[in-house]
Amino acid sequence: MSLSPPLQPTVSPGPTRAGLSSTLLARVLPMPLPSARRASLLVERNLLVYRRGWLLILSGFFEPLFYLLSIGIGIGALVGTVTTDAGVAIDYTVFVAPALMASSAMNGAVYDSTFNIFFKLKYAKLYDAVLATPLSASDVAAGETTWALMRGALYSTTFLAVMLALGLVESWWAILAIPACILIGFAFAAVGLAATSFMKSWQNFEFVQLAILPMFLFSTTFYPLSVYPEALQVVVQCTPLYHGIELVRSLVTGIVDASILGHVLYLVVMGALGLIIGSKRLATLLLK
Amino acid sequence: MIEPASLTQDAAVDNRDAFEVGPGVEELVWARGLRKTFGDFTAVDGIDISVRRGEAFGFLGPNGAGKSSTMRMIGAVSPATEGRLRILGRDPVTDGPAIRARLGVVPQTDNLDQELTVRENLLIYGRYFGIPRAQIRARAAELLDFVQLTERADDLVEPLSGGMKRRLTIARSLINEPEMLLLDEPTTGLDPQARHALWDRLFRLKQRGVTLVLTTHYMDEAEQLCDRLVVMDKGRIAAEGSPAELIGTYSTREVLELRFPAGENEAHAGGLADLADRIEVLPDRLLLYTDDGDAAATAVVERGLHPASVLVRRSSLEDVFLRLTGRSLVD
Repeated sequence: MSLSPPLQPTVSPGPTRAGLSSTLLARVLPMPLPSARRASLLVERNLLVYRRGWLLILSGFFEPLFYLLSIGIGIGALVGTVTTDAGVAIDYTVFVAPALMASSAMNGAVYDSTFNIFFKLKYAKLYDAVLATPLSASDVAAGETTWALMRGALYSTTFLAVMLALGLVESWWAILAIPACILIGFAFAAVGLAATSFMKSWQNFEFVQLAILPMFLFSTTFYPLSVYPEALQVVVQCTPLYHGIELVRSLVTGIVDASILGHVLYLVVMGALGLIIGSKRLATLLLK
Repeated sequence: MIEPASLTQDAAVDNRDAFEVGPGVEELVWARGLRKTFGDFTAVDGIDISVRRGEAFGFLGPNGAGKSSTMRMIGAVSPATEGRLRILGRDPVTDGPAIRARLGVVPQTDNLDQELTVRENLLIYGRYFGIPRAQIRARAAELLDFVQLTERADDLVEPLSGGMKRRLTIARSLINEPEMLLLDEPTTGLDPQARHALWDRLFRLKQRGVTLVLTTHYMDEAEQLCDRLVVMDKGRIAAEGSPAELIGTYSTREVLELRFPAGENEAHAGGLADLADRIEVLPDRLLLYTDDGDAAATAVVERGLHPASVLVRRSSLEDVFLRLTGRSLVD
């Protein structure tokens, strides 16, 4: 008889306390890491969809090509040569082509990770269905980012081939421009995903345009940094596309120095932050 | 000698919850003090649930009662705010993917993949579970047959009717051969033919030993499908039992419905109160809850009253539901 009361606490942890500790654990634990195998299943799904819509994929290749023909070759004929920030005089077409390659990597990644993801998230409710399976929110974020990167890699490779055919590639370093563009794609896709998770309506996408267009026009795409007064130079150097363009340009022209490590680091950190915030936001949106 | 022993036993039964540290082997869902809040709003307010293997368990309740929130927690896609929850014996906080691998989920609104065909929907969903392609293909063919969609296998999802989409969602939920199927209002918005076709499929699944957990606000659905159910209201469990038990506990065997000319119903209620266990006055009729409806009807006539219409019917789950959750409209 006297034994039973002291036994009670050891047998029963008490529902309230156990409940508290389990929710506490959920709050303390970081997001579960994405599994490569599970994330790849979302890529498989997108491949299945685009097997019917491969023309749509092809279209993403033409836009930068048209820019290259119009600005690079057309305006290039008027400009002649330009002196880069590294102090080397190069043909204007050679100067502009890598910047267009980097910009198209950004554009592709941003469109895929904003418009497409927003549609799947809010209208198609795709991820609600996906998350009822073993896939988690971080798998979804990683899978969609991977898909955006694969498309980006495809575009970059074909773009580089066109540049090669037009005689715009100056160095073997240029091969590394493909992984560089994938890195640009990763950084922008991850941040795009994070931004999309905060969007309430299609109107919010005006902000995407507002961020993308000035970057495209002013990030040393069409002229070197030295054109700007010093204060503005600092501003431009803070923006991500600047680092993407400088990275790709230095690889394609073969004017390579240690500064490319700084560009790489910038883009890696940007992508990692985007992915962490994006996964967390997806989890709060979908796992209510 | 006997009395003290039985007393101890009763005490043990009463304190069962306090001693219980986890679910039994056959309890696929086990929740104690489960709560879910969204900001200031409490959707689920401390409920205890046990769903045993092989049974069909229903959550019945008006809109906003907390059914869907509970289902999402059981589906391991929504973390509980408080309380203890075990699904298939595991903790959803730590074992979410492993739990979801063995569940089938039919959500309230269809979320089929609109960009894919009927068959592709099943194929890719099976892939999400990591099932080999050849195996999924065979299973998809069987499932399409099971839900009578073989002829539409290569059509896109969008042009399908509501009933077909629902059937495809059910087929999709079965692609991983789940041990437990979670259905959130499976037949809402379907025409009677489609509802009966779905019930038939769900009944067959139950016969195969699949545990069914469903929410509904259709009483006939609950009576048709559920072995046991809970009535939820405002985030709490208002009652629990089999449909027959609930009717036995919360209603009488029969109900006598009397219609008097408009405006007179209220006036007659007082004079008839002694004929029934409980009397309810509605704007258009009186409901007399009694075990013998015919006897009560005879008594009414003997008192010289002549209602415009007299109907004796068996008590239904709907009577229980309305008694427990009230008649006022819930939005």
